[in-house]
Amino acid sequence: MSSPVTTIDAGHGDHGHGHDAGGNTVLGFWIYLMSDCLIFAILFATFGVLASSYAGGPTGKELFDLPYVAGETLILLVSSFTFGVAMLNMAARKTESVISWLLVTFLLGTGFIWMEVREFTHLIAEHAGPDRSAFLSAYFTLVGTHGLHVTAGLLWLVTMMHQVARYGLDGIVRRRLACLSLFWHFLDLVWICVFTFVYLRGVL
Amino acid sequence: MSTAHSQPHADDGAHGSLTSYTIGFLLSLALTGLSFGAVMSGAVPHAMILPAIVGLAVVQLLVQLVLFLHLGSAPSQRGNSVIFLLTAALIAILVSGSLWVMHNANLNMMPMQMSAEHAMAHE
Repeated sequence: MSSPVTTIDAGHGDHGHGHDAGGNTVLGFWIYLMSDCLIFAILFATFGVLASSYAGGPTGKELFDLPYVAGETLILLVSSFTFGVAMLNMAARKTESVISWLLVTFLLGTGFIWMEVREFTHLIAEHAGPDRSAFLSAYFTLVGTHGLHVTAGLLWLVTMMHQVARYGLDGIVRRRLACLSLFWHFLDLVWICVFTFVYLRGVL
Repeated sequence: MSTAHSQPHADDGAHGSLTSYTIGFLLSLALTGLSFGAVMSGAVPHAMILPAIVGLAVVQLLVQLVLFLHLGSAPSQRGNSVIFLLTAALIAILVSGSLWVMHNANLNMMPMQMSAEHAMAHE
C-alpha cells in the first residue's frame, strides 16, 4: 500500500483546479445538510401528529397572524436572492461587492430573526407558550429550530464577511462561501414548508 | 464574462447567472403570493385550499432546488442530486408513515367521549 495518491492533493487551486479537495468539501457539506433535513422532517412529522392537540388552548387560527408571516417569508426570500447575488459577485471576483451583498443578506436575516423573536414573545405573553399544549410545544420546537439555524447562519455570515475582507476571495474562502450559500438557501426551503404546513394549514 | 482558465466551477459548486437567480426569485415570489392569497382571500373553495397550497409549496421547492441550489443532472451536480433524492424518499417514508400510524392509533385508542360509531365513521 505505498501511496502515490498523496502527491495529487497539492493545494486547492486558485486556478479552478482543486476539484478533489473543494468538491469533496461541498459534497460533504451537502450530506450534512441532508441529515439536517431529516431533523426537520422528524420535527415536521411530530408537528403533523400533534397539530390538533390543543388541550383546550388556543388554535392556530386564533394565534397566527398571516400578514406578519408573509412579511417574514418575504424578508427571508429576498435574503436568499441577495446571497445569490453575492455568489455571482464572488464568481466575478469583486471582493467589495461580495462583502456588501453579504451585509445586505445579514441585515435581512437579522430582520427575520427579530420578527420571529417578537412573534414568540407575543405568543408567550398571551399565555400561548410552549407549555400550553402539545400543539404549541411542537410549534415552538419546529419554528424555533429553524430560527436557531438562521441565527447560526448569521454568525457564519459575520465570520465570512471578516474572512473575505481579511484574506480576499482565495480558494478556501470561496469554498466556505459556497457551503454557506447552500446552508442559507436550504433554510429558505425549510421555511417554505413551515409557512405552508404550519401557518397556512394552521388557519384553515 | 471570464476566460475558460479562471472559470471557477470546481470548488465553488455550480453557479447560476443573474438571470436564473432573478427568475427563481420572481417565481418564488409569485408562488408564495398565490399560497397566501389562496388562504387569505377566500376566493378558493375550502376543500381545494389544502391541495392547492401543498402543490404550490412543492413547485416552489423544485424551483429553488434547481435555480438557487443548482441541483440537476449536470455531471458536477449528479452526486448531490442522487443524495437529495434518497433523502427525499426517506423524508416521505418518515413523515407519511408517522402521520398514518398516529392517525390510526388515534382512531383505535379513542377517548371516552367518542362513541364507537363516531370512530367507525372516520374509517
